[in-house]
Amino acid sequence: MSRRPQGWPKTLRRWACTPLSCSLAALLALTLGMPALRPLFAALFPELDRPIYQQDSFAALVLAHVSLVAASSAVAIVAGSVLGLAVCRPAGRAFRPLLESLLAMSQSFPPVAVLAVAAPLIGFGEAPALIALVLYGVLPIAQGTLAGLDAVPAATREVAQGLGFAPWQALWRVELPLAAPVILAGVRTSVVINIGTATIASTVGAKTLGSPIIVGLSGFNTAYVIQGAVLVALLAICCDQLFERLQRRLSAWQPTEGAAAETAPPPSAGH
Amino acid sequence: MIEFAQVSKSFDGQRAVDALDLVIPQGELAVLIGTSGSGKSTTLKMINRLVEYDSGTLRFAGEDVRRFRPETLRRRMGYAIQSIGLFPHWTVEQNIATVPQLLNWPKPRIRDRVTELLTLLHLEPEQYRRRFPHQLSGGQQQRVGVARALAADPDVLLMDEPFGALDPVTRAALQDELRRIHALSGKTIVLVTHDIDEALGLAQRIVLLERGRIVQQGSPLELLTRPASDAVRDFIGRSDIGIKLLALERVAARARPGEAATGDPIAAGATLREALSAFVTRGVERLPVIDAQGRPVGTLHFADLLPPAP
Ligand SMILES: Nc1ncnc2c1ncn2[C@@H]1O[C@H](COP(=O)(O)OP(=O)(O)O)[C@@H](O)[C@H]1O
Ligand SMILES: [Mg+2]
Repeated sequence: MSRRPQGWPKTLRRWACTPLSCSLAALLALTLGMPALRPLFAALFPELDRPIYQQDSFAALVLAHVSLVAASSAVAIVAGSVLGLAVCRPAGRAFRPLLESLLAMSQSFPPVAVLAVAAPLIGFGEAPALIALVLYGVLPIAQGTLAGLDAVPAATREVAQGLGFAPWQALWRVELPLAAPVILAGVRTSVVINIGTATIASTVGAKTLGSPIIVGLSGFNTAYVIQGAVLVALLAICCDQLFERLQRRLSAWQPTEGAAAETAPPPSAGH
Repeated sequence: MIEFAQVSKSFDGQRAVDALDLVIPQGELAVLIGTSGSGKSTTLKMINRLVEYDSGTLRFAGEDVRRFRPETLRRRMGYAIQSIGLFPHWTVEQNIATVPQLLNWPKPRIRDRVTELLTLLHLEPEQYRRRFPHQLSGGQQQRVGVARALAADPDVLLMDEPFGALDPVTRAALQDELRRIHALSGKTIVLVTHDIDEALGLAQRIVLLERGRIVQQGSPLELLTRPASDAVRDFIGRSDIGIKLLALERVAARARPGEAATGDPIAAGATLREALSAFVTRGVERLPVIDAQGRPVGTLHFADLLPPAP
């Protein structure tokens, strides 16, 4: 041990101790090792014949859940940011109030209602679930895009234009990077909410981590509910922490608290 | 270099610039001055087409500005504004490199140019090039803003109250810097300010605007000695026109060469205004004058402050 270069055990330790890696490890361990907890659940719920959900493996459920969220979030990210961008351009500015009221309106619809309307129209399965998730995912992303672009200082825009950026160059190289942390915050909210909402999608027949919860609720099997809920929660936490890292990276140029002292200008050039 | 002929611009039916006639020759440092809302910024922004004029003609390098693609035109004109507008997500180096990059200069050339400009503006290149704007003081940010405007060696420098947000000491330093850069590069500079002392100190030509019209234009000396109206006199500051006149001239111009005197010396490069202050605070009637190397070059008498009889 002592002969190893000093650097890498330290990096290893730094990695092993992040909240993200801890939550990821917990998620992985519970996903694969849930059956091993049978004695625990049997002890907690002695009245249950089958204390561990076994219709599908938890790995398959996590995978299905993640794919559903990933697919719907991908569509939502593209649609949400394009919508937000479009109504901030001169050509689309007229539609901004419309989009804003649509977003506000859809916020008052519970996702279950969307599922209830979509399922009879489209049928059961993944499709209505995807539609509901995309609709809910678009909302915070479009709002984040609007808020992010609004927050770009007018002086920065004017200078970009005045220095000779073409409009799309100013958008791509100045406005979007400056708006990125806020847009990403919207994406983060969207994805984390979607992880929760995807649970309800199992009511219309999509296989997700909601399946043990729904089966457990209807069959009075509290153990199933706990198993599903804990994994959903862990998944949401992992995702949230992942985004937090990403956000920190994207806003690396921003002043951090306590940095003010370090940046006090040297007197030489401060005159 | 820049010619306005009967140029007008209205916003919502209100004339912001009214039939403006103005010629700014190549290499001149022209200062647009006036009260807030007098149309200074609008006049400036019409030059690089941030604002499109309604009627008249506005020529740059002999051609109507509308004949240029706006981006092409703007890349040939440096632009600096009061709030600086450095791109906060880019380092000092990337900020300065903005226009060269838009013009696709090769990387090594951009790097050299950044080094050159940081040096020109007294920012130690290796210390500052990788800093982000929030890691700089206001004065340093404005230096970078000026460097960015100069980066692609533009034909014209447009500056909208570039030093307006700075404290007096920093502002004076940057005004010196601008004077030096102008003398060094011979660039055409159009600067907007509402500070009469800045205008008197920097301008070769002052253009005084009021409600979108030119009230008077001329050299600082002309404005001080022959104000066109009471309004101009008021704007300049009626009571201290004499003091401002003294600020335009250097001690060297009035000193009596060869004559010696005792006491604390004054620099030949100091203004007569500073000399007046020295006379009053020291309670003397003669001041020994020294050159930049500290050698005595003559004496300034209190009576020399009066303008020579015509
Ligand atoms: N984009 C604009 N839209 C409407 N009015 C404007 C706009 N820009 C300037 N104005 C008006 O034009 C007049 C001149 O403004 P400006 O040139 O900015 O003055 P200054 O720079 O001298 O303070 C003001 O009355 C101002 O309200
Ligand atoms: Mg202005």
